[in-house]
Amino acid sequence: MIPAAFDYVRAGSADEVVAALVEHGDDAKVLAGGMSLLPLMKLRLATPAVLVDAARLSDLSYVREEGDHVAIGALTRHRDLETSALLGASCGVLRGVAAEVGDNQVRHRGTIGGSVVHGDPASDLPAALLALDATFVAQGPNGVRELDAASFFLGFLETALEPDELLVEIRVPKVGPGGWSYQKFNRRAQDWAIVGALAVRGEGGTRVSLVNMGTTPLRAVAVERALAEGATPEAAAADAADGTEAPSDLNGSSTYRQHLARVLVRRALEQSQA
Amino acid sequence: MEVSIDVNGRSERHDVEPRTLLVQYLRETCALTGTKVGCDTSSCGACTVLVDGESVKSCTMLAAQADGRSVTTIEGLSTGDDLHPVQQAFVEHHGLQCGFCTAGMVMAAVSLIEEIPAPTEADVRMGLEGNLCRCTGYHNIVRAVLAAAGTE
Repeated sequence: MIPAAFDYVRAGSADEVVAALVEHGDDAKVLAGGMSLLPLMKLRLATPAVLVDAARLSDLSYVREEGDHVAIGALTRHRDLETSALLGASCGVLRGVAAEVGDNQVRHRGTIGGSVVHGDPASDLPAALLALDATFVAQGPNGVRELDAASFFLGFLETALEPDELLVEIRVPKVGPGGWSYQKFNRRAQDWAIVGALAVRGEGGTRVSLVNMGTTPLRAVAVERALAEGATPEAAAADAADGTEAPSDLNGSSTYRQHLARVLVRRALEQSQA
Repeated sequence: MEVSIDVNGRSERHDVEPRTLLVQYLRETCALTGTKVGCDTSSCGACTVLVDGESVKSCTMLAAQADGRSVTTIEGLSTGDDLHPVQQAFVEHHGLQCGFCTAGMVMAAVSLIEEIPAPTEADVRMGLEGNLCRCTGYHNIVRAVLAAAGTE
């Protein structure tokens, strides 16, 4: 399978990416690692006329501590996250979840920014960033703005990023190395999660998010509320499917996914508090 | 567009369409057909090659993305008639049957051992999760990789 023809632009800076996006509008797509975009282009589900290659912007590949948070460049590869000692110490959950993405080959190419802007509800990192209340920093023609993870994922493969904006940085709170668990349920090691459940302890209690239980990554709000009111992990997990719209597909019915969500949230809660 | 890629130590310079996939470039432009196209959806790993020493799936990368980089394919592993230790271990431990997945398996294993020099069996099984073999049941492949790493 070969993508439809496109013009290739290799950007030398974030400014050049934004300029190309302003010039070409909806006809342009930004290429980072290509692990989500290229498969869509090969299937001709995406047919951008202009591909703006941002992958060589090495100044957008970093993990560093800044005050009370960790700043991660949007073009940081999963491989660099899963091997980052700094991330392991200051936000272990993100390092652990990055190691669960795809396989070695995918993690050698794929980037955290690419995963976020693709906005796939079956993806691992967006759900983790939602649970962490991450902040996304976007650069556009009028400067830089910050977006909250809670209002970033709008629908299936749809985010609050404007067509002329480039995601440049992800900021996550320092929650320490432990106190988390990610339960990814799939049939083969490298597959997408049929359902995933993530629990992480932080300031103000335990946060819980769900993978592949709707058109976007979701916070398990009912579970978090029950925990805050003193419920046991087992009792709180019974609410895991509340407010979800789990899809039915080859891998499982919506009802089966609701069952998985309850089981996986219970396991994630138990292991994150162990 | 013109791309310059170091392929197996040889400097290659070719004019390609931007949409040319790396695997297509290697097989059709460089005539290196050891790298296989399997699933063509970045699931099976048969097309695995090394880019700057790291395993990637060449069916899901553009030749343009490899411009200025160094690519190693299965043809670039051996030195003359001397097989690479991972290739030799696959021979000695019968790590293949039909052979279709083998080039990708070997390249993934080379990258894995580079990153984890003394892997456990679990490291090898997880490290090869991106490569599918429909013949062997993986057992001899895992033995071969452990033998090549010296942790058998």
